[in-house]
Amino acid sequence: MFDVYKVREDFPILCTDVHGRPLVYFDNAATSQKPQCVIDAVIDHYAQHNSNIHRGVHQLSERCSAAYEAARSKVRGFINAPRDEDVIFTSGTTDSINLVAQSFSSAYLRKGDEVIVTEMEHHSNIVPWQMACERSGASLRTIPFDDQGDLELHLLKEMISDDTRMLAVSHVSNVLGSVNPVKEMVSVAHGHGVPVLVDAAQSAPHIPVDVKDIDCDFLAFSGHKVHAETGIGALYGKSEWLQEMPPYQGGGGMVANVKVGGTTYAEPPLKFEAGTPNYIGAISLGAALDYMTGLGMNEIAAHEERLTEHMLESLGRFEGLTLYGDATLRCPVFSFNLEGLHHYDVGRILDKMGIAVRTGTHCAEPVMDHYGVTGTVRASLALYNTIEEIDVLLEGLERVRSIFA
Amino acid sequence: MTIVAAQNEIVAEFEGMADWFDVYEALVKMGRELGSLEEDERNDENSIPGCQSNVWLKMRMENGIIKLEADSDALITKGILSLLLRVLDGRPPGEILNTQLFFLYDIGLSTNLSPSRSDGLNNIIGTVMDFARNNGTQTS
Repeated sequence: MFDVYKVREDFPILCTDVHGRPLVYFDNAATSQKPQCVIDAVIDHYAQHNSNIHRGVHQLSERCSAAYEAARSKVRGFINAPRDEDVIFTSGTTDSINLVAQSFSSAYLRKGDEVIVTEMEHHSNIVPWQMACERSGASLRTIPFDDQGDLELHLLKEMISDDTRMLAVSHVSNVLGSVNPVKEMVSVAHGHGVPVLVDAAQSAPHIPVDVKDIDCDFLAFSGHKVHAETGIGALYGKSEWLQEMPPYQGGGGMVANVKVGGTTYAEPPLKFEAGTPNYIGAISLGAALDYMTGLGMNEIAAHEERLTEHMLESLGRFEGLTLYGDATLRCPVFSFNLEGLHHYDVGRILDKMGIAVRTGTHCAEPVMDHYGVTGTVRASLALYNTIEEIDVLLEGLERVRSIFA
Repeated sequence: MTIVAAQNEIVAEFEGMADWFDVYEALVKMGRELGSLEEDERNDENSIPGCQSNVWLKMRMENGIIKLEADSDALITKGILSLLLRVLDGRPPGEILNTQLFFLYDIGLSTNLSPSRSDGLNNIIGTVMDFARNNGTQTS
Protein backbone atom coordinates (compact mmCIF):
# COMPACT_ATOMS: atom_id res chain seq x y z
CA MET A 1 0.00 0.00 0.00
CA PHE A 2 1.49 3.33 -1.08
CA ASP A 3 1.42 5.69 1.89
CA VAL A 4 2.63 9.10 0.73
CA TYR A 5 2.99 10.44 4.29
CA LYS A 6 5.28 7.56 5.15
CA VAL A 7 7.18 8.03 1.88
CA ARG A 8 7.76 11.69 2.75
CA GLU A 9 9.60 10.64 5.91
CA ASP A 10 12.28 9.14 3.68
CA PHE A 11 13.15 12.57 2.23
CA PRO A 12 14.84 14.80 4.81
CA ILE A 13 14.56 17.97 2.74
CA LEU A 14 10.77 17.78 2.67
CA CYS A 15 10.73 18.72 6.36
CA THR A 16 12.53 22.00 5.81
CA ASP A 17 10.99 25.46 5.85
CA VAL A 18 11.42 28.05 3.13
CA HIS A 19 10.76 31.69 4.02
CA GLY A 20 9.29 30.39 7.28
CA ARG A 21 6.79 28.11 5.58
CA PRO A 22 6.85 24.37 4.97
CA LEU A 23 8.48 23.63 1.63
CA VAL A 24 6.16 22.64 -1.19
CA TYR A 25 8.53 21.26 -3.77
CA PHE A 26 6.95 21.36 -7.21
CA ASP A 27 10.11 21.62 -9.31
CA ASN A 28 10.66 17.92 -9.78
CA ALA A 29 10.93 18.06 -13.56
CA ALA A 30 14.10 20.11 -13.00
CA THR A 31 15.48 17.83 -10.33
CA SER A 32 14.10 15.51 -7.69
CA GLN A 33 14.85 15.28 -3.98
CA LYS A 34 16.83 12.41 -2.51
CA PRO A 35 15.68 9.79 -0.02
CA GLN A 36 17.89 9.06 2.99
CA CYS A 37 18.84 5.65 1.56
CA VAL A 38 20.44 7.33 -1.47
CA ILE A 39 22.26 9.86 0.69
CA ASP A 40 23.44 7.01 2.93
CA ALA A 41 24.62 4.95 -0.04
CA VAL A 42 26.88 7.80 -1.13
CA ILE A 43 28.22 8.53 2.35
CA ASP A 44 28.70 4.86 3.11
CA HIS A 45 30.55 4.31 -0.10
CA TYR A 46 32.99 7.16 0.52
CA ALA A 47 33.39 6.16 4.16
CA GLN A 48 33.86 2.43 3.66
CA HIS A 49 34.67 1.35 0.15
CA ASN A 50 35.97 4.14 -2.05
CA SER A 51 38.51 3.25 -4.70
CA ASN A 52 38.76 3.60 -8.46
CA ILE A 53 37.04 0.81 -10.33
CA HIS A 54 38.12 -1.78 -12.90
CA ARG A 55 41.84 -1.30 -12.52
CA GLY A 56 42.80 -2.42 -9.07
CA VAL A 57 43.57 -5.88 -7.78
CA HIS A 58 42.98 -4.82 -4.23
CA GLN A 59 39.94 -5.44 -2.12
CA LEU A 60 38.46 -1.92 -2.22
CA SER A 61 38.74 -1.63 -5.98
CA GLU A 62 37.11 -5.00 -6.41
CA ARG A 63 34.28 -4.01 -4.10
CA CYS A 64 33.79 -0.74 -5.97
CA SER A 65 33.85 -2.43 -9.35
CA ALA A 66 31.28 -4.91 -8.14
CA ALA A 67 29.05 -2.11 -6.80
CA TYR A 68 29.36 -0.21 -10.08
CA GLU A 69 28.42 -3.25 -12.14
CA ALA A 70 25.61 -4.09 -9.72
CA ALA A 71 24.24 -0.60 -10.35
CA ARG A 72 24.39 -1.25 -14.08
CA SER A 73 22.38 -4.38 -13.50
CA LYS A 74 19.80 -2.40 -11.53
CA VAL A 75 19.43 0.06 -14.40
CA ARG A 76 18.99 -2.89 -16.76
CA GLY A 77 16.24 -4.23 -14.57
CA PHE A 78 14.57 -0.83 -14.17
CA ILE A 79 14.18 -0.35 -17.94
CA ASN A 80 13.89 -4.09 -18.69
CA ALA A 81 16.89 -4.11 -21.03
CA PRO A 82 17.99 -7.53 -22.28
CA ARG A 83 21.58 -7.43 -21.01
CA ASP A 84 23.70 -5.42 -18.57
CA GLU A 85 26.09 -4.62 -21.41
CA ASP A 86 23.34 -2.68 -23.17
CA VAL A 87 23.49 -0.02 -20.45
CA ILE A 88 26.11 2.74 -20.66
CA PHE A 89 26.64 5.10 -17.75
CA THR A 90 26.73 8.74 -18.81
CA SER A 91 26.53 12.04 -16.95
CA GLY A 92 22.83 12.35 -17.72
CA THR A 93 20.24 12.48 -20.47
CA THR A 94 21.99 15.32 -22.30
CA ASP A 95 25.25 13.39 -22.32
CA SER A 96 23.45 10.23 -23.46
CA ILE A 97 21.82 12.01 -26.40
CA ASN A 98 25.07 13.72 -27.33
CA LEU A 99 26.79 10.34 -27.30
CA VAL A 100 24.34 8.94 -29.83
CA ALA A 101 24.21 12.14 -31.87
CA GLN A 102 28.01 12.01 -32.16
CA SER A 103 28.72 8.30 -32.48
CA PHE A 104 25.73 7.26 -34.54
CA SER A 105 25.88 10.30 -36.77
CA SER A 106 29.58 10.04 -37.54
CA ALA A 107 28.97 6.51 -38.83
CA TYR A 108 25.57 6.82 -40.46
CA LEU A 109 24.53 10.43 -41.09
CA ARG A 110 25.39 11.86 -44.50
CA LYS A 111 24.54 14.87 -46.64
CA GLY A 112 20.93 14.75 -47.77
CA ASP A 113 19.87 12.53 -44.86
CA GLU A 114 17.22 13.54 -42.36
CA VAL A 115 16.75 13.35 -38.62
CA ILE A 116 13.25 13.74 -37.20
CA VAL A 117 12.52 15.18 -33.76
CA THR A 118 9.32 16.69 -32.36
CA GLU A 119 8.25 20.25 -31.64
CA MET A 120 7.94 19.42 -27.93
CA GLU A 121 11.52 18.30 -27.30
CA HIS A 122 13.72 19.67 -24.57
CA HIS A 123 16.63 21.58 -26.12
CA SER A 124 18.86 18.64 -25.23
CA ASN A 125 17.04 16.51 -27.80
CA ILE A 126 17.20 19.22 -30.46
CA VAL A 127 20.59 20.90 -30.27
CA PRO A 128 22.77 17.75 -30.43
CA TRP A 129 20.88 16.75 -33.59
CA GLN A 130 21.20 20.23 -35.08
CA MET A 131 24.94 19.98 -34.47
CA ALA A 132 25.07 16.50 -36.03
CA CYS A 133 23.13 17.78 -39.04
CA GLU A 134 25.46 20.76 -39.42
CA ARG A 135 28.48 18.47 -39.38
CA SER A 136 27.08 16.02 -41.90
CA GLY A 137 24.95 18.23 -44.14
CA ALA A 138 21.80 16.39 -43.09
CA SER A 139 18.60 18.24 -42.25
CA LEU A 140 16.38 18.25 -39.19
CA ARG A 141 12.61 17.87 -39.45
CA THR A 142 10.05 18.38 -36.73
CA ILE A 143 6.77 16.64 -35.94
CA PRO A 144 4.36 19.31 -34.64
CA PHE A 145 1.89 18.87 -31.79
CA ASP A 146 -1.64 20.19 -31.41
CA ASP A 147 -2.74 22.70 -28.75
CA GLN A 148 -3.85 19.89 -26.51
CA GLY A 149 -0.27 18.68 -26.43
CA ASP A 150 -0.68 15.54 -28.52
CA LEU A 151 1.79 14.89 -31.33
CA GLU A 152 0.40 15.05 -34.86
CA LEU A 153 1.28 11.45 -35.33
CA HIS A 154 -0.12 11.11 -38.84
CA LEU A 155 2.58 13.56 -39.99
CA LEU A 156 5.29 11.16 -38.89
CA LYS A 157 4.00 8.70 -41.45
CA GLU A 158 4.18 11.39 -44.15
CA MET A 159 7.53 12.73 -43.04
CA ILE A 160 9.49 9.54 -42.65
CA SER A 161 11.29 8.44 -45.82
CA ASP A 162 14.25 6.51 -47.18
CA ASP A 163 16.38 9.52 -46.26
CA THR A 164 15.45 9.38 -42.57
CA ARG A 165 18.30 8.10 -40.42
CA MET A 166 16.98 8.70 -36.90
CA LEU A 167 13.82 9.54 -35.01
CA ALA A 168 14.47 11.16 -31.63
CA VAL A 169 11.46 11.71 -29.39
CA SER A 170 10.72 12.44 -25.76
CA HIS A 171 8.67 9.86 -23.91
CA VAL A 172 7.10 12.62 -21.78
CA SER A 173 7.17 16.37 -22.47
CA ASN A 174 8.99 18.35 -19.76
CA VAL A 175 6.55 21.24 -20.26
CA LEU A 176 3.19 19.72 -21.11
CA GLY A 177 3.44 16.38 -19.38
CA SER A 178 2.16 14.65 -22.51
CA VAL A 179 3.02 10.97 -22.69
CA ASN A 180 3.94 10.32 -26.29
CA PRO A 181 2.98 7.06 -28.02
CA VAL A 182 6.58 6.01 -28.42
CA LYS A 183 5.77 2.36 -29.02
CA GLU A 184 3.58 3.24 -31.96
CA MET A 185 6.19 5.67 -33.27
CA VAL A 186 8.90 3.02 -33.06
CA SER A 187 6.71 0.67 -35.02
CA VAL A 188 6.24 3.27 -37.79
CA ALA A 189 9.95 4.12 -37.81
CA HIS A 190 11.06 0.50 -37.87
CA GLY A 191 8.71 -0.06 -40.79
CA HIS A 192 11.09 2.22 -42.69
CA GLY A 193 14.23 0.77 -41.11
CA VAL A 194 14.72 3.92 -39.02
CA PRO A 195 16.13 3.61 -35.49
CA VAL A 196 14.53 5.52 -32.63
CA LEU A 197 16.01 7.28 -29.62
CA VAL A 198 13.64 7.84 -26.71
CA ASP A 199 14.38 10.63 -24.22
CA ALA A 200 12.98 9.17 -21.00
CA ALA A 201 14.21 11.94 -18.68
CA GLN A 202 10.64 12.86 -17.74
CA SER A 203 9.04 9.43 -17.89
CA ALA A 204 11.50 7.41 -15.82
CA PRO A 205 10.48 9.16 -12.57
CA HIS A 206 6.78 8.53 -13.12
CA ILE A 207 5.81 5.49 -15.15
CA PRO A 208 7.25 2.05 -15.91
CA VAL A 209 9.73 2.27 -18.79
CA ASP A 210 10.27 -0.94 -20.71
CA VAL A 211 12.72 -0.85 -23.60
CA LYS A 212 11.74 -4.34 -24.78
CA ASP A 213 8.11 -3.34 -24.96
CA ILE A 214 8.83 0.03 -26.61
CA ASP A 215 11.39 -1.69 -28.84
CA CYS A 216 13.38 1.55 -29.14
CA ASP A 217 16.98 1.45 -30.29
CA PHE A 218 18.22 3.93 -27.70
CA LEU A 219 16.79 5.27 -24.48
CA ALA A 220 18.25 7.96 -22.23
CA PHE A 221 17.46 9.09 -18.71
CA SER A 222 19.00 11.06 -15.85
CA GLY A 223 19.78 9.91 -12.34
CA HIS A 224 19.01 13.19 -10.64
CA LYS A 225 15.41 13.14 -11.83
CA VAL A 226 14.85 9.67 -10.34
CA HIS A 227 16.07 10.62 -6.86
CA ALA A 228 19.77 9.81 -7.41
CA GLU A 229 22.74 12.15 -7.46
CA THR A 230 23.40 14.70 -10.18
CA GLY A 231 26.00 13.89 -12.81
CA ILE A 232 24.89 10.35 -13.50
CA GLY A 233 22.58 9.00 -16.15
CA ALA A 234 22.20 6.08 -18.46
CA LEU A 235 21.96 5.28 -22.11
CA TYR A 236 20.41 2.04 -23.26
CA GLY A 237 21.34 0.92 -26.75
CA LYS A 238 20.45 -2.21 -28.66
CA SER A 239 23.56 -4.34 -28.72
CA GLU A 240 23.87 -4.35 -32.50
CA TRP A 241 24.09 -0.54 -32.51
CA LEU A 242 26.51 -0.42 -29.59
CA GLN A 243 28.73 -2.94 -31.36
CA GLU A 244 28.67 -1.00 -34.61
CA MET A 245 28.90 2.57 -33.40
CA PRO A 246 32.35 4.11 -33.02
CA PRO A 247 33.26 5.38 -29.55
CA TYR A 248 32.34 8.91 -28.59
CA GLN A 249 35.37 9.78 -26.47
CA GLY A 250 38.82 8.23 -26.20
CA GLY A 251 40.77 7.53 -23.05
CA GLY A 252 41.44 4.99 -20.38
CA GLY A 253 38.97 2.27 -19.61
CA MET A 254 37.51 2.08 -23.13
CA VAL A 255 40.33 0.18 -24.79
CA ALA A 256 41.38 -3.43 -25.25
CA ASN A 257 44.94 -2.75 -26.47
CA VAL A 258 46.77 0.46 -27.14
CA LYS A 259 49.83 0.49 -29.36
CA VAL A 260 51.46 3.59 -30.74
CA GLY A 261 50.31 2.46 -34.15
CA GLY A 262 46.66 1.98 -33.20
CA THR A 263 44.11 0.98 -30.59
CA THR A 264 41.61 -1.81 -30.24
CA TYR A 265 38.51 -0.72 -28.39
CA ALA A 266 36.92 -2.58 -25.52
CA GLU A 267 33.52 -4.17 -26.00
CA PRO A 268 30.42 -2.16 -25.09
CA PRO A 269 29.54 -0.75 -22.67
CA LEU A 270 33.15 0.05 -21.69
CA LYS A 271 33.85 1.27 -25.23
CA PHE A 272 31.64 4.26 -24.40
CA GLU A 273 32.88 4.89 -20.86
CA ALA A 274 36.24 6.58 -21.32
CA GLY A 275 38.03 7.77 -18.21
CA THR A 276 37.10 7.19 -14.59
CA PRO A 277 33.33 6.97 -14.60
CA ASN A 278 31.11 8.56 -11.99
CA TYR A 279 30.91 5.29 -10.07
CA ILE A 280 29.62 6.95 -6.91
CA GLY A 281 26.85 8.47 -9.00
CA ALA A 282 26.12 5.06 -10.49
CA ILE A 283 25.92 3.54 -7.01
CA SER A 284 23.52 6.30 -5.95
CA LEU A 285 21.45 5.59 -9.05
CA GLY A 286 21.32 1.92 -8.12
CA ALA A 287 20.11 2.85 -4.63
CA ALA A 288 17.51 5.25 -6.04
CA LEU A 289 16.16 2.68 -8.48
CA ASP A 290 15.98 0.12 -5.67
CA TYR A 291 14.00 2.66 -3.69
CA MET A 292 11.58 3.34 -6.53
CA THR A 293 11.07 -0.28 -7.44
CA GLY A 294 10.60 -0.98 -3.73
CA LEU A 295 7.67 1.44 -3.75
CA GLY A 296 6.55 -0.01 -7.08
CA MET A 297 6.41 1.96 -10.31
CA ASN A 298 2.76 1.08 -10.81
CA GLU A 299 1.93 2.29 -7.28
CA ILE A 300 3.88 5.52 -7.90
CA ALA A 301 2.02 6.04 -11.18
CA ALA A 302 -1.35 5.39 -9.49
CA HIS A 303 -0.57 7.89 -6.70
CA GLU A 304 0.50 10.48 -9.26
CA GLU A 305 -2.67 9.90 -11.25
CA ARG A 306 -4.67 10.92 -8.18
CA LEU A 307 -2.50 14.02 -7.85
CA THR A 308 -2.97 14.80 -11.53
CA GLU A 309 -6.72 14.49 -11.29
CA HIS A 310 -6.84 16.87 -8.31
CA MET A 311 -4.45 19.32 -9.93
CA LEU A 312 -6.38 19.44 -13.21
CA GLU A 313 -9.64 19.94 -11.36
CA SER A 314 -8.15 22.71 -9.18
CA LEU A 315 -6.39 24.54 -12.00
CA GLY A 316 -9.49 24.19 -14.17
CA ARG A 317 -11.57 26.04 -11.54
CA PHE A 318 -9.09 28.89 -11.19
CA GLU A 319 -10.35 31.90 -13.06
CA GLY A 320 -8.03 33.40 -15.65
CA LEU A 321 -5.64 30.48 -15.64
CA THR A 322 -4.50 29.04 -18.95
CA LEU A 323 -3.16 25.50 -18.77
CA TYR A 324 -0.89 24.55 -21.67
CA GLY A 325 -1.50 21.03 -22.84
CA ASP A 326 -4.17 18.61 -21.81
CA ALA A 327 -2.91 15.49 -23.46
CA THR A 328 -4.89 12.29 -23.36
CA LEU A 329 -2.11 10.58 -21.42
CA ARG A 330 -0.04 12.70 -19.09
CA CYS A 331 2.45 12.81 -16.25
CA PRO A 332 2.18 15.30 -13.36
CA VAL A 333 3.82 18.27 -15.10
CA PHE A 334 1.60 21.35 -15.38
CA SER A 335 2.48 24.52 -17.28
CA PHE A 336 0.25 27.54 -16.98
CA ASN A 337 -0.03 31.31 -16.95
CA LEU A 338 -2.34 33.66 -15.11
CA GLU A 339 -4.12 36.22 -17.22
CA GLY A 340 -2.23 39.50 -17.41
CA LEU A 341 0.62 38.30 -15.20
CA HIS A 342 4.20 37.50 -16.02
CA HIS A 343 5.29 33.98 -15.07
CA TYR A 344 8.28 35.42 -13.23
CA ASP A 345 6.05 37.56 -11.02
CA VAL A 346 3.91 34.54 -10.19
CA GLY A 347 6.96 32.44 -9.36
CA ARG A 348 8.45 35.12 -7.08
CA ILE A 349 5.32 35.36 -4.97
CA LEU A 350 4.89 31.59 -4.78
CA ASP A 351 8.50 31.33 -3.59
CA LYS A 352 7.69 33.66 -0.71
CA MET A 353 4.99 31.18 0.27
CA GLY A 354 7.47 28.31 0.33
CA ILE A 355 6.28 26.91 -3.00
CA ALA A 356 9.04 25.98 -5.44
CA VAL A 357 7.93 26.11 -9.06
CA ARG A 358 9.92 26.88 -12.18
CA THR A 359 9.24 29.80 -14.48
CA GLY A 360 10.54 30.56 -17.93
CA THR A 361 10.93 28.56 -21.11
CA HIS A 362 11.96 25.25 -19.47
CA CYS A 363 14.62 24.67 -22.16
CA ALA A 364 11.81 24.13 -24.66
CA GLU A 365 11.52 27.35 -26.63
CA PRO A 366 9.72 25.71 -29.57
CA VAL A 367 6.91 24.80 -27.13
CA MET A 368 6.72 28.44 -26.00
CA ASP A 369 6.62 29.54 -29.64
CA HIS A 370 3.80 27.07 -30.29
CA TYR A 371 1.60 28.80 -27.72
CA GLY A 372 2.99 32.27 -28.44
CA VAL A 373 4.20 32.87 -24.87
CA THR A 374 7.53 34.03 -23.46
CA GLY A 375 7.35 31.44 -20.69
CA THR A 376 5.11 29.64 -18.26
CA VAL A 377 4.85 28.73 -14.61
CA ARG A 378 5.54 25.02 -14.28
CA ALA A 379 4.48 22.91 -11.33
CA SER A 380 5.97 19.44 -11.64
CA LEU A 381 5.14 16.81 -9.06
CA ALA A 382 6.78 13.67 -7.84
CA LEU A 383 5.95 10.56 -5.87
CA TYR A 384 6.20 12.36 -2.51
CA ASN A 385 3.81 15.21 -3.28
CA THR A 386 0.34 15.36 -1.74
CA ILE A 387 -3.15 16.59 -2.46
CA GLU A 388 -2.73 19.07 0.42
CA GLU A 389 0.31 20.58 -1.28
CA ILE A 390 -1.74 21.14 -4.42
CA ASP A 391 -4.23 23.03 -2.27
CA VAL A 392 -1.37 25.16 -0.90
CA LEU A 393 -0.38 25.98 -4.48
CA LEU A 394 -3.91 27.08 -5.23
CA GLU A 395 -3.97 29.27 -2.10
CA GLY A 396 -0.68 30.70 -3.32
CA LEU A 397 -2.16 31.51 -6.70
CA GLU A 398 -5.06 33.28 -4.95
CA ARG A 399 -2.52 35.32 -3.03
CA VAL A 400 -0.71 36.16 -6.27
CA ARG A 401 -3.95 37.33 -7.77
CA SER A 402 -4.72 39.56 -4.80
CA ILE A 403 -1.27 41.18 -4.89
CA PHE A 404 -1.55 42.01 -8.57
CA ALA A 405 -5.24 42.91 -8.48
CA MET B 1 20.69 63.90 -2.67
CA THR B 2 23.70 61.60 -2.90
CA ILE B 3 23.52 57.96 -3.94
CA VAL B 4 24.04 57.03 -0.30
CA ALA B 5 21.21 59.30 0.83
CA ALA B 6 18.88 57.93 -1.84
CA GLN B 7 19.67 54.40 -0.70
CA ASN B 8 19.12 55.30 2.95
CA GLU B 9 15.75 56.76 2.04
CA ILE B 10 14.68 53.55 0.32
CA VAL B 11 15.92 51.41 3.20
CA ALA B 12 13.91 53.55 5.64
CA GLU B 13 10.77 53.19 3.50
CA PHE B 14 11.12 49.41 3.38
CA GLU B 15 11.94 49.10 7.06
CA GLY B 16 8.46 50.37 7.78
CA MET B 17 6.88 47.46 5.95
CA ALA B 18 5.45 44.66 8.05
CA ASP B 19 6.25 41.61 5.92
CA TRP B 20 7.17 40.35 2.47
CA PHE B 21 3.59 40.81 1.34
CA ASP B 22 3.89 44.58 1.85
CA VAL B 23 7.30 44.62 0.17
CA TYR B 24 6.00 42.91 -2.93
CA GLU B 25 2.87 45.02 -3.03
CA ALA B 26 5.09 48.08 -2.91
CA LEU B 27 7.32 46.73 -5.67
CA VAL B 28 4.28 45.98 -7.83
CA LYS B 29 2.99 49.51 -7.25
CA MET B 30 6.36 51.02 -8.17
CA GLY B 31 6.50 48.75 -11.19
CA ARG B 32 3.14 50.01 -12.36
CA GLU B 33 4.19 53.62 -11.85
CA LEU B 34 7.44 53.25 -13.77
CA GLY B 35 6.97 54.41 -17.34
CA SER B 36 7.43 52.07 -20.26
CA LEU B 37 9.96 52.25 -23.03
CA GLU B 38 8.65 52.65 -26.54
CA GLU B 39 8.09 49.39 -28.38
CA ASP B 40 11.07 50.03 -30.68
CA GLU B 41 13.28 50.74 -27.66
CA ARG B 42 12.51 47.32 -26.25
CA ASN B 43 15.11 45.96 -28.65
CA ASP B 44 18.09 43.61 -28.52
CA GLU B 45 20.49 46.50 -28.12
CA ASN B 46 18.83 47.63 -24.88
CA SER B 47 18.11 44.12 -23.67
CA ILE B 48 19.96 42.84 -20.60
CA PRO B 49 20.87 39.18 -20.88
CA GLY B 50 20.50 36.67 -18.08
CA CYS B 51 17.19 37.85 -16.67
CA GLN B 52 14.20 35.53 -16.23
CA SER B 53 11.98 38.31 -17.40
CA ASN B 54 12.86 40.60 -20.29
CA VAL B 55 14.71 43.70 -19.12
CA TRP B 56 15.57 46.68 -21.27
CA LEU B 57 17.87 49.47 -20.19
CA LYS B 58 18.32 52.67 -22.16
CA MET B 59 21.30 54.79 -21.19
CA ARG B 60 22.59 58.09 -22.45
CA MET B 61 24.91 60.89 -21.35
CA GLU B 62 23.37 64.32 -20.95
CA ASN B 63 25.39 67.28 -19.69
CA GLY B 64 27.80 65.04 -17.85
CA ILE B 65 25.21 62.88 -16.14
CA ILE B 66 23.87 59.46 -16.96
CA LYS B 67 20.19 59.32 -17.89
CA LEU B 68 18.60 55.94 -17.38
CA GLU B 69 15.30 54.50 -18.51
CA ALA B 70 14.32 50.92 -17.87
CA ASP B 71 11.51 48.53 -18.57
CA SER B 72 10.57 44.90 -18.05
CA ASP B 73 7.66 42.66 -18.91
CA ALA B 74 7.45 41.51 -15.27
CA LEU B 75 6.03 43.91 -12.68
CA ILE B 76 8.21 42.89 -9.72
CA THR B 77 11.26 43.35 -11.91
CA LYS B 78 9.94 46.76 -12.95
CA GLY B 79 9.54 47.64 -9.28
CA ILE B 80 13.17 46.74 -8.60
CA LEU B 81 14.24 48.67 -11.70
CA SER B 82 12.31 51.66 -10.41
CA LEU B 83 14.32 51.54 -7.18
CA LEU B 84 17.57 51.26 -9.11
CA LEU B 85 16.62 54.28 -11.17
CA ARG B 86 15.86 56.27 -8.03
CA VAL B 87 19.41 55.59 -6.92
CA LEU B 88 21.36 55.73 -10.17
CA ASP B 89 19.49 57.90 -12.67
CA GLY B 90 20.82 61.41 -13.21
CA ARG B 91 24.20 60.79 -11.58
CA PRO B 92 27.62 61.64 -12.92
CA PRO B 93 29.60 58.51 -13.86
CA GLY B 94 32.19 59.19 -11.17
CA GLU B 95 29.62 59.09 -8.37
CA ILE B 96 28.17 55.81 -9.64
CA LEU B 97 31.61 54.24 -9.86
CA ASN B 98 32.70 55.42 -6.45
CA THR B 99 29.64 54.46 -4.37
CA GLN B 100 28.78 51.10 -2.89
CA LEU B 101 25.27 49.80 -3.63
CA PHE B 102 23.89 48.39 -0.42
CA PHE B 103 20.15 49.04 -0.42
CA LEU B 104 19.13 45.84 -2.20
CA TYR B 105 20.83 43.80 0.53
CA ASP B 106 19.39 45.95 3.25
CA ILE B 107 15.80 45.65 2.05
CA GLY B 108 16.07 41.89 1.68
CA LEU B 109 16.17 41.65 -2.09
CA SER B 110 19.74 40.43 -1.98
CA THR B 111 18.79 37.05 -3.41
CA ASN B 112 18.32 38.96 -6.61
CA LEU B 113 22.02 39.66 -6.59
CA SER B 114 23.18 36.08 -6.79
CA PRO B 115 25.51 35.60 -9.73
CA SER B 116 23.31 32.89 -11.21
CA ARG B 117 22.05 32.82 -14.74
CA SER B 118 18.49 33.32 -13.63
CA ASP B 119 19.11 36.59 -11.82
CA GLY B 120 20.02 39.40 -14.09
CA LEU B 121 20.16 42.20 -11.55
CA ASN B 122 23.93 41.80 -11.42
CA ASN B 123 23.98 42.21 -15.18
CA ILE B 124 21.83 45.33 -14.99
CA ILE B 125 24.09 46.97 -12.40
CA GLY B 126 27.17 45.77 -14.31
CA THR B 127 25.82 47.32 -17.51
CA VAL B 128 25.33 50.69 -15.79
CA MET B 129 28.81 50.45 -14.27
CA ASP B 130 30.35 49.69 -17.67
CA PHE B 131 28.53 52.64 -19.17
CA ALA B 132 29.75 54.86 -16.35
CA ARG B 133 33.31 53.61 -16.82
CA ASN B 134 33.19 54.23 -20.57
CA ASN B 135 31.84 57.73 -20.10
CA GLY B 136 33.76 58.60 -16.95
CA THR B 137 36.26 60.90 -18.61
CA GLN B 138 33.52 63.31 -19.63
CA THR B 139 32.95 64.36 -16.05
CA SER B 140 36.53 64.96 -15.00
